[in-house]
Amino acid sequence: MGNQHTPHELVERTLELSRADGCVVLVDEKSSANLRWAALDSAPGSALTTNGVTRGRRLTVVATVDGAEGTASGVVAREAVTGAELEELVRAAEAAARAAGPAEDAGPLLAGEVFNGVTASRDFTEPPAETSIDVFATFAPELGACFARARAAGQALYGFANHELTSTYLGSSTGLRLRHDQPTGTVELNAKAHGASAWAGAATQDFTDVDVAALQASLTERLGWGKRRIELPAGRYETLLPPSALADLMISLNWALNARDAVEGRTVFSRPGGGTRLGERLTDLPLTLRSDPAQPGLQSAPFVIAHSSTDDHSVFDNGLPVGATEWISKGELTGLQTTRHTAATTGLPLRPAGDNLVLELADQSAARTMAELIAGTERGLLLTCLWYIREVDPATLLLTGLTRDGVYLVEDGQVVGEVNNFRFNESPVDLLGRITEAGRTEQCLPREWSDWFSRAAMPPVRVADFNMSSVSQAS
Amino acid sequence: MPPITSTPPGRPVDPLFLALPLRQLAAAALERASQLGASHADFRLERVRSGTWRLRDAKPAGSSDSLRLGYAVRVVLDGAWGFAAGVDLTAQAAAEVAEQAVAVARLSAQISRAAGSRDVVELAEEPVHADATWVSAYEINPFDVPDAEKTGLLAEWSSRLLAAEGVSHVDADLLTVQENKFYADTAGTTTTQQRIRLHPSLEAVSVDERTGAFESMRTLAPPVGRGWEYLTGVRGSSPGGHSLNGTGWDWQGELAQLPEHLAEKVKAPSVRAGRYDLVIDPTNLWLTIHESIGHATELDRALGYEAAYAGTSFATFDQLGTLRYGSELMHVTGDRTAEHGLATIGYDDEGVATQSWDLITDGVLTGYQLDRRMAKLKDLGRSNGCAFADSPAHVPVQRMANVSLQPASDGPDTAELFAGVENGLYLVGDRSWSIDMQRYNFQFTAQRAYTIKNGQLGGQVKDFAYQATTTDFWRSMRAVGGPQTYLLAGAFNCGKAQPGQIAAVSHGCPSALFEQVNILNTQQEAAH
Repeated sequence: MGNQHTPHELVERTLELSRADGCVVLVDEKSSANLRWAALDSAPGSALTTNGVTRGRRLTVVATVDGAEGTASGVVAREAVTGAELEELVRAAEAAARAAGPAEDAGPLLAGEVFNGVTASRDFTEPPAETSIDVFATFAPELGACFARARAAGQALYGFANHELTSTYLGSSTGLRLRHDQPTGTVELNAKAHGASAWAGAATQDFTDVDVAALQASLTERLGWGKRRIELPAGRYETLLPPSALADLMISLNWALNARDAVEGRTVFSRPGGGTRLGERLTDLPLTLRSDPAQPGLQSAPFVIAHSSTDDHSVFDNGLPVGATEWISKGELTGLQTTRHTAATTGLPLRPAGDNLVLELADQSAARTMAELIAGTERGLLLTCLWYIREVDPATLLLTGLTRDGVYLVEDGQVVGEVNNFRFNESPVDLLGRITEAGRTEQCLPREWSDWFSRAAMPPVRVADFNMSSVSQAS
Repeated sequence: MPPITSTPPGRPVDPLFLALPLRQLAAAALERASQLGASHADFRLERVRSGTWRLRDAKPAGSSDSLRLGYAVRVVLDGAWGFAAGVDLTAQAAAEVAEQAVAVARLSAQISRAAGSRDVVELAEEPVHADATWVSAYEINPFDVPDAEKTGLLAEWSSRLLAAEGVSHVDADLLTVQENKFYADTAGTTTTQQRIRLHPSLEAVSVDERTGAFESMRTLAPPVGRGWEYLTGVRGSSPGGHSLNGTGWDWQGELAQLPEHLAEKVKAPSVRAGRYDLVIDPTNLWLTIHESIGHATELDRALGYEAAYAGTSFATFDQLGTLRYGSELMHVTGDRTAEHGLATIGYDDEGVATQSWDLITDGVLTGYQLDRRMAKLKDLGRSNGCAFADSPAHVPVQRMANVSLQPASDGPDTAELFAGVENGLYLVGDRSWSIDMQRYNFQFTAQRAYTIKNGQLGGQVKDFAYQATTTDFWRSMRAVGGPQTYLLAGAFNCGKAQPGQIAAVSHGCPSALFEQVNILNTQQEAAH
């Protein structure tokens, strides 16, 4: 019943049923497969726990209704919609629009050859991309071998591998027919032994490039570092942040780049006296923070897909091209995120938010690896990743959170032992100004935010005076 | 055991849900799973409708009405779990989803065996509940209220705040959920349930355009398992000021006071860092309970299931019955039955009839939150009904009950708690929260903090956060407020598991007094 129509047929049928002044239809075909594993009671080895495969379809209708005071929008989304239920869904969206009153973000739906000179993706009528448990055909046996090695080594092993494929079909009453296939794959591995804990994670599009044995080897090396325990007090330390940890901080910064909030004086990017901090230098290093839908390995939707209007997205912008955008250019704040509506009301350029994030120095050839950063450290902390990051003060973007799964002391270019965990209080904006060295940018998995944002490439960095606010007993 | 049939007039199960082919799909899936050798199989069909309405400065800024509909089959085969979910509402498709679940279980068993694991999935016994029905307690389904009425009320309240001096912006949000579940398993249990929850929230922002300084303050009204009457009903009359004894929150009172509270905060001095006695209002303490007790007493965490993600727990199983968690005044319960609780349900997602029980008794760890696998694994008898999945596409995991700190039966009111405090702070409303992965080190802020000097409540301070270790904090509790200070607060968005799941949960607590807790100045923390 639910799948008797192909996705593009559902789009066309829904648009035919529309009686509103405007209509946008989004069909999301989503499939997923995952494996999760744990060592109960910290026993050596591991076993798979909750694993599964899913298949789903969501149909979202955005109806727009013109009125004397402006255009209203109504958004209704349903899963498992049958052909017979389509009309009811369309009418519900239209009724919601009529009840809503004028939408603040209203604007004409995108039309004509707005998207890179075309109105239709070539594969718009093709079946959706799909994943299944077969995506782990190579990975699963390697994982089994990984479990056996952990058992032999006395390590307790925990982790999760997830693969999702979402095919989004977008059609509008103004003629757009766009499609995007988004693969998202992540794998996390956590090993514990003798009171030490180590973590490694990777992002992938299809699991063909995941080397689980290499990930496990890196954990074994870190557990080895953990054989010497060093207690250090809270304080401000020179700290080496690996790409994963930095990604989590830069994602928080990215989420604060809302132009409207900044203009209204409500964020760290607001300028005292009015306006924004655009044009202000945030770091003396020539660091660039950017998003690019075409970034190799981090490809994301090249057009706006908005299932509802939020501070960052407008349903009226569905189909709007998303291009390469620099948010910070060579150390200077150059971009804030806008929709067409907020661009118009703030007078700032149109800059749709991206779904990936890259921080890099212009000259990558001269940038050092993390190993080289460690070798060049006289005394400092080396983190693995950060956890439970929350905003404490929006005015400074002060964040709090904790270190996790391995903090190490580096002395004279060598890792000399594992340190207790810390709670930190830091602002990523202020921290940018205290980066004294940035290494080579590499694709990484953000630990804290990977449920919402997994496409990132960051350098390892050296930061002066990282604020370890207190000691955490957790291990 | 007789079925719970909490379906008073006016609250029947949604006929649109009952019209779905619930039993036909369940029969097809369970039969196929059994044919393929599953020792246990369960089927869950869910229809979850969520509505959101957002206003910025009293103008609509986005709304959505989404419905998740689908079903899941979970099996135990060869001692391993298998799970699959689908959306096609045909018997053939349901049988195919059962086949996929079996295939996943076989793969899981194969990998675990190859690695030498001896872990075998077994489930605690549960009585069969045949054709049981349960509906939560509410008067008006918010989805029956016209959208224009919802946004109209939020716009009116927003305008009232905007009209107040010093208020530059107002954000308003309303979230509503109707959750319908049908569950069936190979033992013969079938349950049909419906519950309603909603969370209205308004936040006022004050911006000093000259200096660029800004402050914000949000309403204290907690999310609840109630209907639209929460916004329009009869308000409670508790001396505590915000207890919910009627059907509605005291919106008029709170909206009238919010600009004054905000204006005072804007002008408030920065807190001096140091140790203070804290009187913590239930509007703030509920979140500390959630993080430092609720998650810490989940047995799956203590055993390692969440180790790679949310973490483990300092409250390990070997300490059950001996761990001095906190002061002897501390009595904490797990409860899936509290009326209007966000985690309240008749039966969990494993067909277990829900219950209430002790987690901490006289300050000692005496219980855990369980599902059937955990209960059997540790020979704890029957599950206490904490299995939950947030959507038809997710596997049930052990999720939090309403975890609540019990008031002292003849305890003081909040003002009486101030009386013995020489140098302290009174904290109201939750704001920022963070805790480590074993639930030791936490840091929280609040909407407001008032000084207490020699037993007298003073003005507000700002830039504060309290930071402590869980057991130090709870052992420092010196007084617990009475029932008149008790409030059932909570959250819509508790995250757990991989793939990530969101659950709604309530926490009841009285006001309470804690001695010598570390207070940070967040401006100093941000400086370098």
